Amino acid sequence: MPLLHVENMTHYFGGLRAVHNYNLAVEPGQVRGLIGPNGAGKTTIFNLITGIYRPTEGSITLDGEPIVGLQPHEIASRGLGRTFQDLRLWRHMTVLEHVKMARYSTIGYGLVGAFFGTSRRHREEEAIERKALELMRMMRVDDVAEQRVTNLPYGAQRRVEMARALAMNPKILFLDEPTVGMTPGELNEMMDIIKQVRDDLGLAIFLIEHRLKMVMELCEVIQTLVFGEVIAEGSPEEIQNNPDVIEAYLGKDTVET
Amino acid sequence: MDTTKGDALENNVGFWKRIGRRITGIPLLAWILGILAAALVEQWVGYEFAELIGLPKIPVLFGALIVLKKKVWMQSPMMIPSTMLYVFSVYILVIGVVARVLAAPANRAAGGLMKMPLWISVLIHLGIFYTALHIWSDISAYRVITLKLTLIAIMVTLSLNVINGYMGEFSCSHPGFMALGAYAASAVTLIFFTNDRLFGAAVLPASLGPFVFPLALIIGGLVAAIGALVVAIPSFRTRGDYLAIISLAFMFIVKSVIENLEVVGGPRGMGSQPNYADLPTVFVWTVLCIWVINNFVRSILGKALNAVRDDEMAAEAMTVNTRKTKMVAFMFSAFWAGVAGGLFAHVIRFVNPGTFGIQKLAEVLAMVYFGGLNSVYGSILGAVSLNLLGEMLRPLEIFKWIIIPVMLILVMIYRPTGLIAFKDLDVKKLIRPR
Repeated sequence: MPLLHVENMTHYFGGLRAVHNYNLAVEPGQVRGLIGPNGAGKTTIFNLITGIYRPTEGSITLDGEPIVGLQPHEIASRGLGRTFQDLRLWRHMTVLEHVKMARYSTIGYGLVGAFFGTSRRHREEEAIERKALELMRMMRVDDVAEQRVTNLPYGAQRRVEMARALAMNPKILFLDEPTVGMTPGELNEMMDIIKQVRDDLGLAIFLIEHRLKMVMELCEVIQTLVFGEVIAEGSPEEIQNNPDVIEAYLGKDTVET
Repeated sequence: MDTTKGDALENNVGFWKRIGRRITGIPLLAWILGILAAALVEQWVGYEFAELIGLPKIPVLFGALIVLKKKVWMQSPMMIPSTMLYVFSVYILVIGVVARVLAAPANRAAGGLMKMPLWISVLIHLGIFYTALHIWSDISAYRVITLKLTLIAIMVTLSLNVINGYMGEFSCSHPGFMALGAYAASAVTLIFFTNDRLFGAAVLPASLGPFVFPLALIIGGLVAAIGALVVAIPSFRTRGDYLAIISLAFMFIVKSVIENLEVVGGPRGMGSQPNYADLPTVFVWTVLCIWVINNFVRSILGKALNAVRDDEMAAEAMTVNTRKTKMVAFMFSAFWAGVAGGLFAHVIRFVNPGTFGIQKLAEVLAMVYFGGLNSVYGSILGAVSLNLLGEMLRPLEIFKWIIIPVMLILVMIYRPTGLIAFKDLDVKKLIRPR
């Protein structure tokens, strides 16, 4: 059974059909890509699966449990981690606080612990901090643990976001254009990180990407989305040579006169 | 050779830098002991010293009330330098010298205290500090009431900061929560422990009163928290200015409901509360409030407020239950405003709905934004400074309402988030040896 299974998902914004009959099955440990021109509905699909919007039709199951209609935080705590295209970090918080925050749903000390600083709270928060530092070492942001995120360079901010998403202990990780606005050097670094996440943590990854180099190198299966519909699905080679995909990106090769 | 060179350099350094260098090595313990020493000196020789330099009595609030009173400096201008001399020698000189002299032993003591459990050393610091405050306020009843009201202002400011600073929403209903707390707590003490015109004879023996008083305050807080729930349910569905508008409406509703409820005295208010809120009680509750709020905002559950403020969508995606977080924080904040209201009613020993109006709101908001958002230090500083300033500038009459707003505007221009914003209060760091 696939880890994440989306069946016949359709979504309307008012009268506009943003996504039509979308299907997805991600196996554990698999890396899948979603490509498509601007405005094709890629981020909408992310937002539908992560619960920010509720799909008009269709079913979504994560690890066998239906998740349509749950709050985003409930879906997240069931093991769906994500990053954002526009880097949604909390600008007044330190790197360490970011990564610790993603453990929110696992906190067991409750309000009593929070108000009175019980020893249980200190134990739990110490364990969370250890785990957070481990992930920050992995993402190479442990040396800036006490810095506010706004003081960091862009690449480091991306890695903080990654560490934060990993801290919630996800089963599957959604990456929304993880390399947007990056220099070639930062791009290679990010690719290494994604490979490391896949190999060391064995996570399934579902990513939206514009840089074809990245998609071709990382993904096992790629979907191409145009105007809310999947026009092609297959291995990188198949997608690269698919005439419909080439048409969607470059237009037809003959011009009617 | 080297030392002389060093000395020469030393002489070139500016006055303030040298002062700064002398201050950095002094731990908090030495400062508190300095304050205690100043209070003791004032108690022992304050009156004689004041008489010696030609003051009629001990300057009650650092001399501001003397210096600023027009009648005084028109008739006897010598009062001004005398007052300044008094303030300088009794407070600044004594605190500075004692803190400096005790720096080394206090550092050793603080080092020893660090080895003990944190709460013991905190209690020792607080005990000495309270003793100093008590001795200082013993000089006059005016000092006692000013101190009590300042402590209560700290509680209200801090509780509002949880919403306006930590959570980044704009709440206007804190005077309403104070009113709910004040009336609920007063009702408990008046019904059970006093013979009064509204509720008739006492039900329980008055000797039980002081022991039940904390319970009355907690009931006041809980009533305020229930009021908060009424505001929170409609306003946290979406983000934006809803909370500001709904909470403002709530404040007015509370005020006019109380005005129209004859059971609690209507617009004439409710008086003759028993005198339970003495200085130690108010002090203990304020410390408790600071401690609990500081604990909360430094836990991950409390930091979730910052996450909600800075990016709610990201907070949701990182498993934070944002709606619950906001509701809990709002009710928690209202609870402390309610407790502060209950104390306020028992300090003044009279409440009327007019107290909890738009002017109170302006005062509290000013303290929050002046002191600093998202910071316990900031709230303490804002509440203490604006409250004391408000008292000290009283002789200026109308000009008081020009000076304080101008200060606020200056702070908003040069430090838009307040004097000490976005700073965690780490008790361990505060009391460590330096």
